[in-house]
Amino acid sequence: MSAPELEIEGLSVSFGQGTQRIQAVQEASFVVERGASYGIIGESGSGKSTILRAVAGLNEDYSGSVRIDGQEAPRPRDKRFYKRVQMVFQDPYGSLHPRRMIRATLLEPLRIFGFDNADRRIRQVLEDVGLATHFAYRYPHQLSGGQRQRVAIARALLLEPEILLLDEPTSALDVSVQAGVLNLLDALRRDRCLTYVLVSHDLRVVAHMCSRVAVMTQGRIVEELSADALREQRSHDDYTRQLIAASRGRTPLDAVNGEGAARSDPRKDAVHAK
Amino acid sequence: MTEPMLDVRNLTVAYPSHQGYTEALRRVSFRLGRGKLGIVGESGSGKSTAGRAIMRLLPPKARITADRMQFGEIDLLTASEKRMRSIRGGQIAMILQDPRYALNPLKTVLSQIIEACRIHKVGTRAEARDRAMAMLEDVHIRDPRRVAGLYPHELSGGMGQRVMIAMMLVPSPRLVIADEPTSALDVTVRGQILDILDERVEAQGAGLIFISHDLPLVGAYCDDVLVMYGGQIMERLAARDLGAAQHPYTVALNDSLPPLDRRVAVLQVPEYDSAWLQEDQP
Amino acid sequence: MSIAQDHDRGGWRAWLETEQADSPGQARAQAVWRAWRGLARNRAAFAGLAVLVVLITVAILAPVLAPYPPYAQDLASRLLPPSFEHPLGTDDLGRDILSRILYGSRITLMMAALVAVIAGPLGLLVGATAGYLGGWVDVVAMRVVDVFLSFPSLILALAFVAALGPGIENAVIAIALSAWPPIARLARAEALTVRHSDYIAAARLQGASRFRIVVLHVMPICLPSVVIRITLNMAGIILTAAGLGFLGLGAQPPSPEWGAMLASGRQFMLTNWWLAATPGAAIMLVSLAFNLLGDGLRDVLDPRDD
Repeated sequence: MSAPELEIEGLSVSFGQGTQRIQAVQEASFVVERGASYGIIGESGSGKSTILRAVAGLNEDYSGSVRIDGQEAPRPRDKRFYKRVQMVFQDPYGSLHPRRMIRATLLEPLRIFGFDNADRRIRQVLEDVGLATHFAYRYPHQLSGGQRQRVAIARALLLEPEILLLDEPTSALDVSVQAGVLNLLDALRRDRCLTYVLVSHDLRVVAHMCSRVAVMTQGRIVEELSADALREQRSHDDYTRQLIAASRGRTPLDAVNGEGAARSDPRKDAVHAK
Repeated sequence: MTEPMLDVRNLTVAYPSHQGYTEALRRVSFRLGRGKLGIVGESGSGKSTAGRAIMRLLPPKARITADRMQFGEIDLLTASEKRMRSIRGGQIAMILQDPRYALNPLKTVLSQIIEACRIHKVGTRAEARDRAMAMLEDVHIRDPRRVAGLYPHELSGGMGQRVMIAMMLVPSPRLVIADEPTSALDVTVRGQILDILDERVEAQGAGLIFISHDLPLVGAYCDDVLVMYGGQIMERLAARDLGAAQHPYTVALNDSLPPLDRRVAVLQVPEYDSAWLQEDQP
Repeated sequence: MSIAQDHDRGGWRAWLETEQADSPGQARAQAVWRAWRGLARNRAAFAGLAVLVVLITVAILAPVLAPYPPYAQDLASRLLPPSFEHPLGTDDLGRDILSRILYGSRITLMMAALVAVIAGPLGLLVGATAGYLGGWVDVVAMRVVDVFLSFPSLILALAFVAALGPGIENAVIAIALSAWPPIARLARAEALTVRHSDYIAAARLQGASRFRIVVLHVMPICLPSVVIRITLNMAGIILTAAGLGFLGLGAQPPSPEWGAMLASGRQFMLTNWWLAATPGAAIMLVSLAFNLLGDGLRDVLDPRDD
């Protein structure tokens, strides 16, 4: 493992103007090694997805630097960038074009990048994500949530990227379906030596999938720790401890009440109305 | 459990489809005393249908049959629509997943709670107002005066759900059906909302049906758990026995969840057995 | 439903309804089949479609079906009431009204089709582009639309025809120019709802250019509502065409255009009702058919109902 593959330094994102201005991400910095899986955990409005969208270039209005193999990612992102970095979205119902056949959706990146053997590649990638070939000839509304998310993963894999950005890839799925998709993602990472950045609100998912985890709240990364530390509850930050306790189902009312007032700030809702 | 508050026997709900009727719920039976009953299942398991069938809130094309659906002295199967209207919200309250959709966006918190009071209670406007303010305090809202004047879009998720609980519990219902009340909320807020719900239900001596997809949550929160799959009850067990569940579906559901205390290489993906759906109800 | 069942029950139906499509062609055919089944189930829409199919057939076969040439004058048999020789009577120049109505359907349908072909894509492209790109493109496009929308469409068409000179071609251009702005508005509204959707974001991450996203991703989303809108507007377009004809600014007198026929029949309305009533009834029938079809299409195509 040589130089870090993905380096984020001093990343800040804000929305709105003047007094309405909301700092969604403040000075976030982290480093992801090649072939590693890095998790970002936080609650709604913590800015975790905003980081991912800024890295992906869906929001170019950020300050700070995003480096891949030591090179600053261009703004706007170019095709070379997307050849290396792909993303899987949270909602498999929203991330596939409702009126296009799965085959057309999968054909799109191949056409844009001028890949040959399109049909063979589509067949192969569907097999890789555990779907039969005939799924290529269906429309999104004919698939279940888990199947759609597999298609979305297949689309991201078609360009053979090195880095996959995963934005809550299983939060819209049932736990039994989630297990299958998480297993798939894990196996793909090992087989293809992919680098993951996974964003989730679910401590279980992050602890299972990632080796290192950043904890975010109110736009800041408050702590970075290993998955083992997360499991063993070795944390130095109040918020992290609170999050772990809540995820484990033990939530004494008084322990959370102090934070409750700050959390009910109406501005918070504005933050996640992206 | 003494005299059951709610007694449901062989409740079946079917929707018309291409080949006759498709059953969304099949021979579901349970009884509820003053405890907290959890109904757990994945999407399509029929858990929400069960809650709505009790409230008779299903679309008219649904065909509901049951041997018995008794709520106290009221027969929910034969009660008139007019009677049901006074039962809904009055004696049986329902708390939904997302308060942003369940509250009227054009009215303030206070006026909505007062309205809930006045629909189901006789009393002057001033009395209703006092009750509403007291209720807001009861759901641990720190500054009830400020919150009372807010509109739903100005509330955070957790605050919205508190308001929802206040509104639903103000007519003192005997049974509360909570359908995924915390699924739209952050984990750190979830605990408070559950505690508040627990406290209010306890204080008013109401029964609670807690519908959720979250097995560990239901296990920690409820007294008894019904595990549903494919419109049928797979098993009923005490929440504390959830770790030692017998039914292969419950076991598989438990195992498919990434554990928090140890690292596993591969997660268990449940395999479904069509035989589960053939079994007769206990 | 009965229509579907009357089709051959064998291989084709199974091929169209099987769960697993094996080729892109089959999958597309299945999608069309499902939409067709949806439409066939809607009686009113189906009636509208049937009327239009009959009308198109009639327009194509007009030379065969018409008992007389549309321009043949016979001053000896002026203003005859409906009879066996002249099922819909004759007009003030002794021309057979049925023949003229049949030939007139060609003009009406051609005008409607031309307007749809010009206004539809134009409105769709302008609206989808403005909605997706936003910024100054949106501002400019929408102000232009506002200018067009601030005149009643008939007045606007009148102004164009006055500038361009009367005649069918100019009437078509005039109506198309007044018909695209509402479509652009609608397409823009649809584009605005999808521009932040994940599948558009996903397309950007595949390296798709803006043009590609607008044409291949945004426009297909706007298409159903535009098709519905145009179908519903078709009645208005036909009425505008007839109105222009009636005012003498569309098709010119000898031409059997329905509006022009109505206009020339007006002076005989009290004595010889069939001169004005028959083209009037034809206009009403076609408008109604388009409206019914448009309503049905809304039920079938609108994804919000799923």
